[in-house]
Parts: sequence; C-alpha cells; structure tokens
Amino acid sequence: MKLIAAMSGGVDSAVAAARAVEAGHDVIGVHLALSANPQKYRSGARGCCTIEDSHDARRAADVIGIPFYIWDMAEEFHDGVVEDFLAEYAAGRTPNPCLRCNEKIKFAAVLDRARAMGFDGVVTGHYARTEIGENGKTLHRAVDHSKDQSYVLSVLTVEQIEGAVFPLGDTTKVDIRKEAESRGLAVAQKPDSHDICFVPSGDNAGWLRDRLGSDVGPIVDQSGTKIGEHKGAYTYTIGQRKGLGLTIPTPDGSPRFVLKIEPVTNTVVVGAREDLAVTIMRGERPVWCGPAVDHEHRIGFVQIRAHGAALTCTYFVENGLLVAMLDAPLLGLATGQAMVIYDGDRVVGSATICETQ
Amino acid sequence: MSSIYVDHAATTPMVESALLAMTAQLAQLGNPSSLHTHGRATRKTLEDAREAIAKEIGSLPSEVIFTASGTEANNIALKGLYWAGRKNGKRVVVVSSIEHHAILDPAHWLATHEGAEVIEIPVYADGVIDLVFLRNLVKTRGDEIAVISVMHANNETGAIQPVSEVVAIAGDIPVHTDAVQSFKKVPLSFAQLGVTAMSLSAHKIGGPLGIGALILKRGVEIPSLMHGGGQEREIRSGTLNAPSIVAFATAAASSYYNAGEVAGLRDRFISSVQALIPDAVINALGAERLPGIVNVTFHGTQSDTLLLLMDGQHISCSTGSACSAGVHEASHVLLAMGHNEVTAQSSLRFSFGATSTSSECDFVVSVLPDVIARGRAANLT
Repeated sequence: MKLIAAMSGGVDSAVAAARAVEAGHDVIGVHLALSANPQKYRSGARGCCTIEDSHDARRAADVIGIPFYIWDMAEEFHDGVVEDFLAEYAAGRTPNPCLRCNEKIKFAAVLDRARAMGFDGVVTGHYARTEIGENGKTLHRAVDHSKDQSYVLSVLTVEQIEGAVFPLGDTTKVDIRKEAESRGLAVAQKPDSHDICFVPSGDNAGWLRDRLGSDVGPIVDQSGTKIGEHKGAYTYTIGQRKGLGLTIPTPDGSPRFVLKIEPVTNTVVVGAREDLAVTIMRGERPVWCGPAVDHEHRIGFVQIRAHGAALTCTYFVENGLLVAMLDAPLLGLATGQAMVIYDGDRVVGSATICETQ
Repeated sequence: MSSIYVDHAATTPMVESALLAMTAQLAQLGNPSSLHTHGRATRKTLEDAREAIAKEIGSLPSEVIFTASGTEANNIALKGLYWAGRKNGKRVVVVSSIEHHAILDPAHWLATHEGAEVIEIPVYADGVIDLVFLRNLVKTRGDEIAVISVMHANNETGAIQPVSEVVAIAGDIPVHTDAVQSFKKVPLSFAQLGVTAMSLSAHKIGGPLGIGALILKRGVEIPSLMHGGGQEREIRSGTLNAPSIVAFATAAASSYYNAGEVAGLRDRFISSVQALIPDAVINALGAERLPGIVNVTFHGTQSDTLLLLMDGQHISCSTGSACSAGVHEASHVLLAMGHNEVTAQSSLRFSFGATSTSSECDFVVSVLPDVIARGRAANLT
C-alpha cells in the first residue's frame, strides 16, 4: 500500500513508520504542524507541536529512509479541535481534544488529502489493532492495555478504519522503546506526552480562564441555596471535590462534589457523593466502527475515559441516541465525554454523552 | 528510475575541475597568513584565485573579500554600509520588496536593534522594481539614506532588476546588489555596474558550498561583523578557506555554463507547460529574466502538495520561497507582485542548470498534468 505516516516526533510514530516500511509498504512521513506559532523547544510533557519535535520527526524519517514533509494543518486544527474544546467547555461539557483531533484531522483532513493524492491510507503510532473478519476491518484494543488508545480512535467510521494502519497494537510500550533503540532512532527514550498539546503550560484551567474569562458565579446546593462562589464554571469537572473553596459545611460534615455545571446561569451545583451516581447514560451523534447498533439490547462494556475502566452494560439505540445501562452505578460522569462501547476488545462505536441519570 | 534535478537555483553540481582543484588544495599544508614557506605557498595559490575571481567579476583583486556565504556577504554589506552612513546621521535603509531573506532580515534587524528606518521599493506585476518610486524617494529623502540594496536578479522568478538605473538614481548613496543568482549566468561587471558592493556565492556557479565573496569598492571602509585576525581588509576576519576559494575561482573561470542552451531549455519548458496546462501562469514572463529560472502558478493547488507529488516522481524542484520550520509560507516575492495568499501558495519554481538536458525537461513536463490534477483534487480546504 502507499501510506502516509503521521510522525509527531515521538517514539511511537517513528517505530510505526519503520514497521510499515518493513512490512513492504511505500511510506512517506508527514509531520503535522498544528500550531500557527510553534514554540522552538519542547517543554514539559507537551505532545508534538514544537519546532524541536518536527526536527525529531525529520531525523527519524531520514534514519528510516523515507521522504518527509511538513503539512500545515494549523488552521484545520484550530477550527476543528481548539475552538471545539473551548465551545464545549463554555457549554458546560468536558471534551476530549485528542478524540476530536483523530476525528477531524488525522483520519479526516490528512486521510482525505492522502487519498486525493493517490495514497491508500494513514499509518500512526496509536496503540490499537485492526482485524479483518466477516464484518470487514474492525478496530480493537491494543495488546498493551495500559497504553491502549482505542478509546480516542472510537470516532473513526468504517471507511476511515479502512484507511488506518496501526502497526504498534501488538506490542508493549517497553518493547517499542527497545525496538526504537535497536533501529537507531534517537527518540527511543523521549518522554511520553500527557498534556493537551495546545496548552503549553499544562495549566488547563488557567488556559481556559484566559480565553473564556473568569466570570464569578454562584456555587449552590441541590435546593438552590448559594453556599459559595466560583471563578469560571468551566474550570470545574463533574465529580470534583477539591478546590471548591466552600466554607459552610454540610450538616453531617460529609464532603460535597460537583454534580452539575449550568453554563447559562453560570452556576455550579454541588451535592453528596451518592447524588453523583449514574446508571444510565445517553450519547448523541453515534459513530459505528463496525456494524451499526440498533434497538436490540446487547451486553458489552462502556468506557468513558481514555484510560478508564470498561464497565459492563447493556447498550442499544433509542431515538437516535446511544444508550448504555450500567450494571453497577458510576460516580461522576460529565456530559461532553465520549462513551465508547466495546464487544470484548472490539470497538463497537462511540457517542458524545449528552444526558445521564 | 533516475532522479531529475530542476532546482539549480538552490544549488548546482560542482564543476569537475573545481572539485579536483579543491581536493588537491585540501592536501596542501599552510595557513595563508603564515610568513614561512608553507604559508607563502598557500598565499600564492589563494591570491591567484582572488585575481581570477576579480577578472571574472570585473573588479580589482583588492576589492574581493572572501566570506563563508552569500548571506554573510549581504550582512556585512548592508549592516556595514548602514553603520557607516549612520555616523553621518543617515538612518534610512532602502531595499526592494523582493530581496532574499539574507537582505530583508538584516534590514529589519537594523530597524529593530540599530535605529534604522527600512523603506521597501515596490515591484510591478512583472516582478521588476518601481524606479519612479525610488526616484521620488531619493529626491525627497536622499540625504537620509545610508544604503540602497537591490538584487541583480530575483531568486524565485529570475526577473533581472535595473541595477544600473538604481546606481544612476542613487548618485552618491552607496548601492549594494545581491548578485548571487546572476553571477556567470548573465553578463555582469562590478566596475561597469558602478555599485559600491556586490554579493557572490560559489555554490550557485559550480563551486563548493560554504564560500562566498563580497566585492567592495576600493577605499570604502565599513565596520566589521567578524573581528579577529583582520585577514580580509580588516573587514572580515578568519583563516582563509584556501581549498574552497581555489575551487570557487576554478568554477568562476570555467565556461561550463552555456546561457544560451539553458535559456533554450527554459523556453522549451515554458511553451510545453502553456500548451498542456493552459491556465498555468508563468510569473515575471514580461520581465528580462535569468536563463534558468521558471516560476509557475498552478491555480487551485498548494505548492507543498505539488512538491511531494513531484518528489514522488523523483523530480526535485522547489516552492521557491523560504520555509519556517518546514511549513510552506506564501512567497513574499509573489505577494509583492500582486498575488494573493492563495495563489502565492500555488506556485513552483523550476530552475535549470549547466547539466540539465532536454530529455529531463520533457520528462518533467510529461508528469505535470497528472501531478497538477492530483494536487487540485487534494486541495480540499
């Protein structure tokens, strides 16, 4: 196949590109420039957006022996990922920008451009696997569950999965680093990235405050009684306990948790731990990574965070929404997060949580 | 499949005689500044080379100052002439809007750090500077101008600039010209042109990378950027790079570049492109141009995509403009000529050189329609 290897400058994408070449594919390395004003040096645990990272990617491509180019996707990234991130927070939801980047950039803008140019697909260093079976090409968890990234890939349609190649899914991260070392890739010991790549300081709340302002608003209990003030509702997360700055204790001294964020009234609602419990979640705009789910009730797992636990559930579609009924209640679930359904280790599909009860 | 190189304006193969001269000199021991036998031997070879280059460019040997690059020559000239003028209260630096970054960036650095006021001379749609603008500027503010720098020919479009007229308009104001692309491609004489300073680079004419020259009129004293041994007229210090200088001179004296043949290839290429892709726009077509450079705008494409697709066909060409972190930016030259951000990013530069052949030219032409079609399909935004 003729493939575009998306190379961030990190160890995973470098080894992925090298493996694709070794598998006999015709590979070209592409680094996505996602920031209009990239910083010169990598700092902290940022992902991939500095000039230093692009040099690392170029060096890896040269060592592997493949052509290398930089594609300027800064505008697409800003419009599709950064703006979405801000809008979601402003609406009181908790988005996952990595998922949005896969959906709108890596497997949309890049894959579309690659296909138009005569390439067959995109190879990335994501820890996930694909399998070819009776239902075509399907998406699965990586062998290394601690590194599994199938959650953030769950927004890919069947057609996008067709054009995706994940060469690392069968290997642990430790072995990937060893392999990078033996391949002579200088990025073998480069630290993993954790933070949101477009928030250089790692201070998400501060970054949001700079852009969304810090309108002071009430913190209320479930009866609507004001018990404190917040400095920008979007810097709170459902289930959050610390940093609320509440001075009026509950009658029984039990801790309070953020239950709800209401952007229209700029209100944060707090309450008892048991009020966080959720047993049913509904998600909008479902995407199926294989055969579509219908109204029939099926048993499977739902995952609501990138590295969260897989919770047993019954799932089905009702009125266009993906519904998951949990076997055991879950504490603290924010709307805006992705609910990803698994059948064993196969990714069934995902939706954006819009309602919980 | 063998690869095809149509990026000779970026760098061009070394002339074989220059390669031989360089490797022979690399084996010779002696610092040309040393007074002993070894030093004298190197000094003799090096001064022979200086004379050969002076002869080729029409200057005195003492006017040749060796540098490590054309960029360095540009920096010494522009900053030095500015500082010299500033002593007399002249703070205006005039450059054309289509200069190479090796002039534009030092000019703007002088503005940011050294109190200069930079004025850019606009160009017409054909890529040639507006002499009326310059004439008015000199008339109204001539006594404030420290230096005027106008390139001899543009590296992206090949458009030759009216430097003789600039010199006539400038009167007593020092004029520098970046002649890196013109040297050995079109007739060029330092003395006849009458400029104060001129920049040259060896690797554009079949010499090695890492060696250039500033031709600076005898008697003109400017401050130095590089202080030390004072080897080059106290203006440029550093042990002279004898092997590279010898190779530079050998390339300069060789006659391997046949301007007529290269221009023939260029014209063959242009007419083929016009026939196959009728809406392709040849930039600066109305101007007098260097023999080897063609700059084409392919509407509805992005140059970086085209570059990738051409590379996939084993063809090395260029977007012609500077890269920042590898991200292709709209060419300031094309923007100055009236292109918008979109069309300025839809252009490729093809540059032919002494080793280019008509079959190479024809092969490039043969793949273009498919590359342009794919480029248009991939231009999704």
